Amino acid sequence: MSLTSTVDGNARIVTVNAERIDAAMAIQFKEDMRLETEQGPDHVILDLSAVSFIDSSGLGAIVASMKQLESHRRLDLAGLTPMVDKVFRLTRMDMVFKLFASLDDAKAAAAG
Amino acid sequence: MRKKFNTSFKATELGARAAIAAISDHIRAFWLTQDQADGVEIALAEAINNVVEHAFAKAEPGDVRVLCSLRDSQLDIRICDAGVPMPDNRLPPGLAADVSVAREDLPEGGFGWFLIRELTSDLRYDRCGLINHLSLRFDFETLK
Repeated sequence: MSLTSTVDGNARIVTVNAERIDAAMAIQFKEDMRLETEQGPDHVILDLSAVSFIDSSGLGAIVASMKQLESHRRLDLAGLTPMVDKVFRLTRMDMVFKLFASLDDAKAAAAG
Repeated sequence: MRKKFNTSFKATELGARAAIAAISDHIRAFWLTQDQADGVEIALAEAINNVVEHAFAKAEPGDVRVLCSLRDSQLDIRICDAGVPMPDNRLPPGLAADVSVAREDLPEGGFGWFLIRELTSDLRYDRCGLINHLSLRFDFETLK
């Protein structure tokens, strides 16, 4: 399993335990996200701090993970490393997701 | 300054993953800055994944050769494979995906060629006989 998750206050925090979210794991990633977010708080935070590389398939899998949540639930992204951040900005996906520099920042926003 | 690195791999998803990481490690040692190397790795990965997903979509995965050369502050990466040609023998336009749409309409793909075009200084595709040649060029103003 590439993902683990915990509930912290009013958010579910899903941690990616992989260095790369790429074409070889994109389908599994989307399915694992569905399992991790099936239940629990409406607010989901994806902790990407261990991820040093993402490709367009991985980006698509994160978009798909948000789209498979019920429409009133939201997915925020935390701990983007420089390359992951670059991919989100180049594709303008930084306009779609709330990006937080760290998990603590995302948790503070969720609590506030 | 001149640097070269060549490699080849089997056109599978896992072959691509290992090759992208290995090529990227070598290129990082070419005195590129972190940001330059990140851009190269993103474009390289999209180009290689495209070969795996399309050139060998309906065939037994063949070998893909990647030749990298840095001369002064210009990096050339050439990717060669004997898979099927690009549709109409030309590169896809790679337009930016529209993200100002409702959540259910957000694109889950189609970012690859856009990223490659954004990150490269020049991009060429040639079909020579049965071989696809894709060249990615990166002009860096300065190196690390």
